[in-house]
Formats: sequence, structure tokens, C-alpha cells
Amino acid sequence: MYNPQLNRHGELIHLLSTEGLPARILRQILDKAAGYVAAGEAGEKKHADLAGKTVFNLFFENSTRTRTTFEIAQKRLSADVHSLNIQASSTAKGETLLDTIHNLEAMGADMFVVRHAESGAPFLIAKHVKPGVAVVNAGDGRHAHPTQALLDMYTIRHFKGDFQNLTVAIVGDILHSRVARSQIHALTTLGCPEVRVIGPKTLLPRDVEQLGVRVFHDLQQGLQGVDVVIALRLQNERMNGALLPSANEFNQFYGLSREKLALAKPDAIVMHPGPMNRGVEIDSAVADGQQSVILDQVTFGIAVRMAVMSMLSEARA
Amino acid sequence: MNIHIQNGRVIDPKYGLDTVADLYVQAGRIAAIGSAPVGFVVEQTIDAVGLTVMPGIVDLAARLGEPGGEHKNKLQSELKAAVAGGVTSLCAMPDTKPALDQASLVQMLRQKTEALGLAHVLPLGALTRGLEGSELSEFAKLSAAGCVAFSQADAPLADTRVLYRAMQYAATYGITLRLRPQDVRLAAGGVAHDGQVATRLGLPGIPAVAETVAISTIVLLMKDSGAAVHLERVSTREGLEMIAAARAYGLKLSCDVSINHVHLADIDIGYFDSNMRLSPPLRSISDRDAIQHALLDGTIAAICSDHTPVGNDDKLLPFGEAAPGATGLEVLLPLVLAWAEQKHVPLPQALATITSGPAALLGLDAGQLAEGAPADLCVFDPHAEWTVTPAALKSSGKHTPFAGMALRGKVRYTLVGGKLVYSEQA
Repeated sequence: MYNPQLNRHGELIHLLSTEGLPARILRQILDKAAGYVAAGEAGEKKHADLAGKTVFNLFFENSTRTRTTFEIAQKRLSADVHSLNIQASSTAKGETLLDTIHNLEAMGADMFVVRHAESGAPFLIAKHVKPGVAVVNAGDGRHAHPTQALLDMYTIRHFKGDFQNLTVAIVGDILHSRVARSQIHALTTLGCPEVRVIGPKTLLPRDVEQLGVRVFHDLQQGLQGVDVVIALRLQNERMNGALLPSANEFNQFYGLSREKLALAKPDAIVMHPGPMNRGVEIDSAVADGQQSVILDQVTFGIAVRMAVMSMLSEARA
Repeated sequence: MNIHIQNGRVIDPKYGLDTVADLYVQAGRIAAIGSAPVGFVVEQTIDAVGLTVMPGIVDLAARLGEPGGEHKNKLQSELKAAVAGGVTSLCAMPDTKPALDQASLVQMLRQKTEALGLAHVLPLGALTRGLEGSELSEFAKLSAAGCVAFSQADAPLADTRVLYRAMQYAATYGITLRLRPQDVRLAAGGVAHDGQVATRLGLPGIPAVAETVAISTIVLLMKDSGAAVHLERVSTREGLEMIAAARAYGLKLSCDVSINHVHLADIDIGYFDSNMRLSPPLRSISDRDAIQHALLDGTIAAICSDHTPVGNDDKLLPFGEAAPGATGLEVLLPLVLAWAEQKHVPLPQALATITSGPAALLGLDAGQLAEGAPADLCVFDPHAEWTVTPAALKSSGKHTPFAGMALRGKVRYTLVGGKLVYSEQA
């Protein structure tokens, strides 16, 4: 099948989803990110990879953390950075998504980093940009959040060495989670032998096992013997209603507490893509506990985004 | 005009006729098949050697964009598309702006389409005023004005009681209701079939139960009210099983499918191709196979184009924001031929789904080649290959899941009421 993310040399030209990317590319991104981490530790923060390149961050949906880390990564790579909060500007005036893109292309854009509420929006953009213009998906609907998944892979590899013998559990609202989908594809591609998803039936998408995961509805069973626990954010608007009766009941049955975490391996690490709802999907004792690597994720996120954008700028025409 | 259609392969699905013969048209009707009627003076000859002569296609659902699209001259472009596709009679969907809910609107539509002299247009009345789902339209008056049936299109009914009352009232006049079986609340927010593909792509799902729950409600209310119902655009395997059971029970229940759903499944969405954004959504491969099977066993009476022109501004959008629908009139015939070829369906049987099948549902004497029947005819070249090129389509709708696909079968002549309304030389 045609892969819109790779050129005919097999190089990354857009990062839209972790699905369909070969393990070779995923490892290349992680290795390159490790280089930036090492350089940073040696005091070398600034690089010239994107010098002279114009990057637009197009956030059609709110985000603070992802946008900030992208901006930091771009500035460390010496790019000319422009961040647009689109809800407040053009689409409100009736301009279509593609009109916006073509206008910014006319201003000399080399790269778009896009967050959009609709699944697939970055694919539409990638299909319509000029050759040589790269698109990075910074989160689209429920579909994908590939840079988040890659920084999670980086974090797992950093603490666990490799993926070959790991059991990873993803807990909570899988249905609405672009992060979970991207993590699942990345983990299975990188050779993780067992990926579990744990949640009530209302928060698991249909046929999710077809993605190559084991399904658990009981958190305590699902956490048995796992090496990595990833808690997902539960959106406020989903806490009460027909999906779930209450945040409290969710916390009692699916929230990560110290007692439940004890069922995982003693050296298991705990991750969360942020922002956290303390006391809902994760208790403070776990979020701030010794097994938590949540702040490491944030740190590595910058290096991973640098690696992705640098690789995109290197792809041959 | 007396027309002699010479040496074509004449197929009449209704009577199972499939033979090379001459066909004679006189005074707008089929005068004879085989030898010329006594005293027939040929005024025009159509050489049909190597071509197939069939009844003009009867399409149960097409959107013509009028009322509402007058400034774009849509009626003309869509009816030209119809005859270019061999469609000689079509039901016009009532989800226009304004909705087709008043006799005066129906009369105006009929006058305009008759003046154009292209395909016959059979208006479907809006089931409720403004298609708003709560007040019934004036069924009897609208029927007198020319509506052949009543449909709620894709718009929801306010509640089950409105549906119940509509059935009781329609049964009073022997009117068939056309219903799109979809539970609006179960489908709420969905943009793709709730299955493996939607899960992978993160697209909000429309579960199959949105259709089957609606069908079960309709079937129970039919038993109670005695109403006749035609289900529009069925899409699920289980729904078809329920329909077959209800028909076996003796209910006056029929159904159609769109040509898109005969060929495609959710997997064809690929990387969010908004040309695949349709209503109902493309279902699973298993559902598509069930549709193909139900066409053969007679559960599905007709394949329709479900022709829906959508403009660029409404289609070049992220999948979930794109307007559902595809242009269909000009690809219906070759896609039926492709299905027949792929599944080894005898041509008369395959063509029945777009001629005698829908004609019988509508009570028309079209869709057949009997002597004395209206000379609504389609003459096509079954071997001509062509590539679906959106810009070259006559319809104002340029979006189709089949864009770029090579299809076989090209309409050469279309006759409506004995008049040549379309011709294209090879």
C-alpha cells in the first residue's frame, strides 16, 4: 500500500502516524534523539539543522505543552518559527483548511506542525502541500499523536533497554485516545511482545484486539507482571454521562493507585502523556512516586521532536 | 419518429429475453422486436452491431439539487448526467432547500423537468414538513401533484410515534413510505462504520445496530399498522437478514442499496479519502458480501445511484467534516456490469436491479421491452473501456469513490419516450 509518509528512497517526508512506519525509521528517530539528549547534557543545546527553514505551528485545537515543546525543539534547531492559533483567526472567517495552508505556503513555509480536532486532517494537508513541504501531525482527533508515542518509546527504551521482552499496559480511555493508538502501533512495530489495553467496555473501541493488543476489563488482572504502565488522560466531559457514571467510580476501578501498581513488576515504570487528572486516572502518590517517569517523558519529548523535524528536513526531493 | 435499432443484443430483464434482434420504435413506444411492424417506415436507423439494447435505467434515488440550486442550473446538468448514464427515469430525493413538501414545489419541479425533455423525474415527497421530523406532509395532496412515494431522506424523525402515525396515515391511502433505517441517536456523531477501520483511523463510529434497531422498530410498526415500507440504502448483513425474514412473514417490505455499497467497504477509506464519506457509511467486507448475495436472492429489489453532487468546498475537508455523498448517475451502469462480471451474474439478472426491479416497485410500465411499453431505452457498448475522470463528468458533482478507475461499458444512445436524448459516437 502507498505510504504517504515515505519517499521513494524510504526516507521520512511527513510524520503523520506511527502506523505504517518501518521499525528502521522508528529506531532512527530514537537514535537521533539520543544524540540531542547527549549533546544537551554536554551543554550543547543549539543546533543548525533547521537554519533558514520556516516552520508554522498550526494549532486548530488548544494545546499548551505539545505546542511549547515543539517551539522549543524548533528554536533549538535554529528554525524561523511561527505559531498560529487558528480558532481565533482564519477559519472563523470562513477560510477553509486548505486555503490556510496554501496561503502559508505562499509565504514560504517549509514545514507545518498541525494539531486538529478531526482525525485525518494532517493527511489531507500532506496530500495537498507542494513537494518538499513537510507535515508533522501534532495530534489529530482520536487518530494519532506520533511524536507523543515516539517520546514514550524513547522513555521506555531509556529505562528498559529494549522492547523484546516487555509487557506494556495502557490504561483508561482508549476509545478517544490518539496517544494510545500511536503507542500501540509503535510498540508492536518495535517488537514489544505484549501490549495490553485495560478499560471498561464503553472506553474501548470496537475490534481493538485487531490492533494486536490483549484486552482486559479488570485493572488488577491487567497489571499483573507488567513492565510499563501508561495511564491515559480522562477528559472532563467524559467523566459523567453514559460512558461512565462518575470520575470517582472510574478512579476506584481504573485509577492507578499505589496498591494496584504493586501488582506490576517491582521495577515497572509509570507513564502519562499529560496533562494529568490527579485522583482520577492516577493518584498523586503514583504520579510523584519513585516509579514515575512522567517528567522524563517531557524532557525527552523535546529531543524526539528535534529528531523528527531534522530528519524531515534531510529527506531528498 | 420511427426508429429502427438494428442488430443489437437486446436484453429485457423482465422477461429474460437476451437475443440479437432489431427493435422498432414508433410513437414513443416499442412497436416490435424482431421483424418490423406492418407498414413501418424507418425514419432513423441506429446501428447497434456490437452494442447492447436494454430498457432505460430506473434509478430509485438521485439528488438533482432543485429546488434550491436554480442559480447553478443544476437540474439541467444532473439530468444530462442521467441520460449520459442511460438513466431514463429517476426518483428525485426530497432533501432539497426548501424540502419537497408542497404541491406547488412538486408541480414546478415536474414542469421544469418536462420542459427539459431529458429523463423522467419522479418526485419523492418529503415525509414531514421541511423534513423536520414532526408534522406529516400532505401525502394525499402531494400524491395528486405527482409524488410517487414519501421519504424522510437522511433526516431523522422526531420520535417513534411520528413514525407510527406516518405509517397509519400512509396505509390509509395505500402509499408506500420510504425510510432510511438509522437510529439517529445510535448514529450520533459517527462518520464511519464502527469496526476495525474506524478504530484504526480514530473515526467516530456508526454501529451496525444503528441500522438494525431502526429496522426492528419499523418491522414491528408495519405489522401493527399494515403499512407498506421501502427501506432506502440498507447497508448491513444483519439488517438484510431481518428484511428477508420480514418479507417471508408476508410484510410489504422492500429495500434498495446504493451502487457504492455493492462494490466498496470501509477498508477502501484508505488514508481518510473523503470520497468514501457516504451515508450510510461503507460497512465491513462481510456486509458488502451480504449485499451482493441479497441482490441475487431477491431480498434487495434495486440498486440505485444515490447520486449526490457535492461541491469541492464541502468535500476537500478532513474526513469527518466532509459532506457525505458521491456522484453516481454516470457510473451506475458500468458498475453494475462490473459486479455482474466479477460475480458471474447473468446479465439479464444483473440489469434487472436497475430496470424491472425498481420499475416494479414504482408501478411503472418502464424498465421492460414489451411491445407497447414506453420506448425508454439505453444502448451501450459493453466493451468500451473508459477511465472515470471527474472533470469530464456531466454532473455538477465531481466526487466519486471510483475516480481514476477504468470501467467497461459506455452508453452510446439513450431514448426517452422514443426520442433520442443522448448519443455519443465511439
